[in-house]
Amino acid sequence: MLSIVSCKKDSKPNYQYMPNMYESLGYETYGEYNVFGETGQEAQLPAPGSIPRGWMPYDYENSTTGYQLAKDSLKNPIRYTKANQESGKELYNIYCAICHGEKGDGKGTLVKREKILGVPSYDDIGRAITQGSIYHVMYYGINSMGSYASQTSEHERWQIVQYVQKLKADLEGKTPRVDTGVALSTEVVKVSNETTEENHDNAHH
Amino acid sequence: MKQVKYRNSASKILLLGTVFLFSLLNPVLAQEETATPEAVATEAAAAGGDVTKGEALFKSLCAACHKRYKKMTGPALFGVTERRDTEWLYSWIKNSSAMIASGDADAIAIYEEYNKTAMNSFPQLTNTDIDNILAYVMVPKAAPKTPVGTASTAVSPDSGSGVSTNLILLALGLIFLMLVGVLFLVNRTLRNFAAANNIELPEEEHRKPIWQSFVENQFLILVTAIFVLLASGYFVYGYFMQVGVDQGYQPIQPIHYSHKIHAGDNKIECKYCHSSARVSKHSGIPSLNVCMNCHKSISEVAEETATEDYSKAFYDKEIQKLYKAVGWDEGSQSYTGDTEPVKWVRIHNLPDFAYFNHSQHVSVAGVECQKCHGPVEEMEVMYQHAPLTMGWCINCHRETNVKVEGNEYYAKIHEELSKKYGVDKLTAAQMGGLECGKCHY
Repeated sequence: MLSIVSCKKDSKPNYQYMPNMYESLGYETYGEYNVFGETGQEAQLPAPGSIPRGWMPYDYENSTTGYQLAKDSLKNPIRYTKANQESGKELYNIYCAICHGEKGDGKGTLVKREKILGVPSYDDIGRAITQGSIYHVMYYGINSMGSYASQTSEHERWQIVQYVQKLKADLEGKTPRVDTGVALSTEVVKVSNETTEENHDNAHH
Repeated sequence: MKQVKYRNSASKILLLGTVFLFSLLNPVLAQEETATPEAVATEAAAAGGDVTKGEALFKSLCAACHKRYKKMTGPALFGVTERRDTEWLYSWIKNSSAMIASGDADAIAIYEEYNKTAMNSFPQLTNTDIDNILAYVMVPKAAPKTPVGTASTAVSPDSGSGVSTNLILLALGLIFLMLVGVLFLVNRTLRNFAAANNIELPEEEHRKPIWQSFVENQFLILVTAIFVLLASGYFVYGYFMQVGVDQGYQPIQPIHYSHKIHAGDNKIECKYCHSSARVSKHSGIPSLNVCMNCHKSISEVAEETATEDYSKAFYDKEIQKLYKAVGWDEGSQSYTGDTEPVKWVRIHNLPDFAYFNHSQHVSVAGVECQKCHGPVEEMEVMYQHAPLTMGWCINCHRETNVKVEGNEYYAKIHEELSKKYGVDKLTAAQMGGLECGKCHY
């Protein structure tokens, strides 16, 4: 049996019994089909103007003025609870810590290995980040940093904002904000975690 | 794979050639190389800055947007003190937007040239700090190092050992041949000797051939037939059982993406790129904008990344493939909008009649990616680690306890079921993980 198996070429898939039970009739994710136009790519962007469930418009434009406006006026709609902070930490360690470092000091693995340089610490006084600017930069990206809108949902980004603010407070030696008391009934964001919306402006590459 | 090795060997020959050429020029080069750093040091001292302090500052503050010899988000900074006077630079670095607001012509020109990208202000920097940075920035580009010493030492023992094993094999073969010859000669001499001394050698008596006695023995025939049938049955069964199993499948991908470099050496989280594994059925193939999150800054690999099998030139070419697909123009640091899909070859593919959901396993059960996908962080070329058969799935469901901690959804059902089965911890199977309808529908 060994000899038979070893004859099999690893760069080609194996034979199948009854392929019509293996292969999907419907279009498979990432498949290639004639019906999808020139490239045949199943992975398509949503039709222009379509809105994922739970999606909220983001009104700040991707420019220096938009950044300044978000920095001054945009506020985090979620409550600063322990649970949100924990989720934020988990997400931060996946998406941000690789460059910004687990403490937010700008010394992540990629920076230590000199792959990506110039990552600022969160307590950098020249930038003086706020909750609005943190969210804005995650949404659009800035300079060398790309947009993270395609990898995270709105709710998740705000959880990360909370955690980044906690890290900033830790670096500055202040106490991080924690909301206590009864939940407000007018909580703004009720975005489900299931949908990761596409950022139409940035994610189509 | 083969192509790669071929390319690599060609580049090795080239490298050897250049190494040989350079070894001839070595004395001349060595002198030059020792001369340049001194010259640099004096030059920097004349400019009045500490290069090492400047390097540290540059790497922590400026390198996000500036490189010394290459345009990035901002301009290449080598030669900046020749383009602008120092006072202008001091105020620009400390607060660039104030300068633009004040109507400085140069400031507005550069702001317009770089698509109105605002440079951060650095009020924390003193004039001495800026001098240090400028000194570092003005260090001329070092000539690319030719790995003279390392290459020659690395290659020669390699080829040497190859030759010696072959030689040893050849010598052994010769000795063996000689021994056979000697035995033959000894036999002949002894026979001659016997003939000369009139000694009669015993004649070999004629015996019935063994196959004939085998054929005549019916019991043996029966036993052999049974054995042959069983053995061939075993092999045929083995062959049929591996049909449809793609364990070890390792196709050649359109871009040589090394999981070893990304997940292993650089320790990037799996879910950074495969973000949909957290929240959906599929662990998606990352779209190219995710690649560009890092590769906007990383346009070539470091010297240390190159291995024996894959050279730096090879990896750099793969990054260029990414730029072509995503339509990134390195010269202008912008997207051209001219994209083409990368046709990755799917490796892990469950048949249509089996349902599998990534988020259920990754987020709810907290299963490590490596449990099913194997040591991905060590794979230079990705392959299928697990057989992905039903038996394999079921086995894990029987052995794995359900992760109930911090999951209220499971609290009540866990309590009831663990009472029913009389166990402390429920396995996935006891929770219904073996029911047909859970995976087949």
